[in-house]
Amino acid sequence: MSSITYLEAIRLAQQRALKEDPRVFIYGQDIGAFGGAFKATKNLAKEFPGRVLDAPISEDAMVGLAIGAAIEGMRPIVEMQFADFSTCGFNQIVNQAATLHYRTGTPCPIVVRLPSGGTPGSGPFHSQSMEAIYAHYPGLVVMTPATVEDAYTMLLEAISIDDPVIFCEHKFLYYHLKAESLPSAPAEALPFGKARIARPGRDATIVAYSAMVHEALAAAEELVQDGYDIEVVDLRTVRPIDTDTILASVARTGRLLVVGEAWPWGGVASEVIARVASEGFGLLDAPPQRLNAKETPVPYHPALWGTHRPTASSVANSLRQLLEL
Amino acid sequence: MTKANSTKSKGSETKSSEESSTARVNRELSRRAYRTMLEARLLEEKLAALYRSGKIVGGVFLGRGQEALSVALGVHLRRGDIYAPLIRDQAGRLAFGDTILDTLRTYLGSSLGSMRGRDGNIHRGRPSEGYHAMISHLGAMVSTVCGSLVAKRFHGEKSAVGATCIGEGGTSTGSFHEGMNMAAIENLPLVVVVANNQYSYSTPNERQFACSDLLARAAGYGVSGHRAVGNDLVDCLGVIGKAVATARRGEGPQLVVADLLRLVGHGEHDDASYIPEVMKKSPLGRDCLELARQSLIAQEWLSDDEADSWHKAVEKEVEETASKVLREPAPDPSEEDWNAFASPSLGRNL
Repeated sequence: MSSITYLEAIRLAQQRALKEDPRVFIYGQDIGAFGGAFKATKNLAKEFPGRVLDAPISEDAMVGLAIGAAIEGMRPIVEMQFADFSTCGFNQIVNQAATLHYRTGTPCPIVVRLPSGGTPGSGPFHSQSMEAIYAHYPGLVVMTPATVEDAYTMLLEAISIDDPVIFCEHKFLYYHLKAESLPSAPAEALPFGKARIARPGRDATIVAYSAMVHEALAAAEELVQDGYDIEVVDLRTVRPIDTDTILASVARTGRLLVVGEAWPWGGVASEVIARVASEGFGLLDAPPQRLNAKETPVPYHPALWGTHRPTASSVANSLRQLLEL
Repeated sequence: MTKANSTKSKGSETKSSEESSTARVNRELSRRAYRTMLEARLLEEKLAALYRSGKIVGGVFLGRGQEALSVALGVHLRRGDIYAPLIRDQAGRLAFGDTILDTLRTYLGSSLGSMRGRDGNIHRGRPSEGYHAMISHLGAMVSTVCGSLVAKRFHGEKSAVGATCIGEGGTSTGSFHEGMNMAAIENLPLVVVVANNQYSYSTPNERQFACSDLLARAAGYGVSGHRAVGNDLVDCLGVIGKAVATARRGEGPQLVVADLLRLVGHGEHDDASYIPEVMKKSPLGRDCLELARQSLIAQEWLSDDEADSWHKAVEKEVEETASKVLREPAPDPSEEDWNAFASPSLGRNL
């Protein structure tokens, strides 16, 4: 009966926002009649004439337009065709959207949707995970939903809050992940910025987000045969980051592995480890570990790609090492 | 595309016709514009003095020589319009509704200023009132103004215009290009004024662009183009007035290009020694404020006595305002919330 995909949840959240809030419009490349490169806006242009607008290939100006519209009271959603292309709109995101409220007191409620992460064969320029780059800048909220339900409720939440939100939706989950139904309102979901215990356990904590939550859960299942009970924390939102839930989990397990699909250097995993090391050093029974992508551009060939990013089996290996430390 | 054809026909109108412009510019507008230019000039001279005496930190970036062009845009905008000025637009800012008081507060870092010490100098604005606060990255404001105009279109506000200013150097950015192209696609009521002051900081135009005339770019974008004489107030008022009116009528984006010379360095730290004397002595280097005064007096729209009394009154206002602001409190780091988020709930858990 599982019928609603992660991608459909994103489409439905946008449909609902367009229906309920006249301030919402969507702007992006090929999103109008064509329905978007991934069909995240399929039929929305027809259902909401004039509010789902095709943009020229101008990521900088797309974000600039959203910022200007937000200043005048709109709630724009910008669809980047791929997260990777958001670098062409980087200046507007980090220098204008992120600074606007601090500088002027005027909020900047925009959502920039980034189809993120790797899929087989996508290569260096259609596979990136950009969350750490944007999380670095004060003023930006960075969401990384891992479930169909979160993709739906968190996108609605992203549209409703007064801050600019970088919404990292994972392309690998678009079609693979399904749910039977969606929550009727964001209020049914966890509070904004709160991490979720995706799997309770007692022997070690894996902190993950986005697609890596599912690799972590699979690894945790694998370790059941070894007699271990692994807790998995899904960050949901990487900025703000829910340090309290992470520390509480580490307090229960004493061991920490952070898994991220992005590169390790200066990333979300590093941040989590830094926080646990400085705020919860006494909770640790072993040095905290991280597992990230390999330090090269994301490779094209599926055989290389499958090894480049963390997988259930590489997470399980890291866990076994952590449990022996 | 009809757009390209109409651009061609509009292109033929770009030769500024002094007769028709002069005829259309009314006395009161010119007087108001001149008075505002005077305020900008004297205020900026005070800013330079405060910078030299160490009272202003960071930088001071002046619009000396560009007041006519700047004010001509500001006076043609009205409440409900969108305005994103750039660094040499003190005159346009004052005409749009910014004040001597808030300028001084922002430069001097008063906690009572609109930027509260969080940003300074020319990076000021009140976006919620249609007065955008520029970022330093050139070209970025073009698409931002487009966005505000798209919002106004959604709101059903038909008569609003958006305007922004840039230098010839800023037209080399990808951001400027993307913004112009987008404005044309959406047929937005956008006016972009390019102050071609011959030098982008120290870089001369031959190292900035290779086309013979920046105005030719209007046709490339599919927008209307207008040329103004940058240091001639009456011409600027006429040309920009027409551009703003055309945009307001719904006839799409308008690009205005004006040649002029800045009569100061890029900032007060810069002596502009790279600008050759011969250029400074050319018609381009004539001071727009002095020319405007002569022109208004010649038209009998202003008398020498009145001009002198305005000068004294503005000087007094600037001095008194500066003295007041110098006594105002600086921002207190211990009272800052150090929170960049607007949503109150996000302040604590970062």
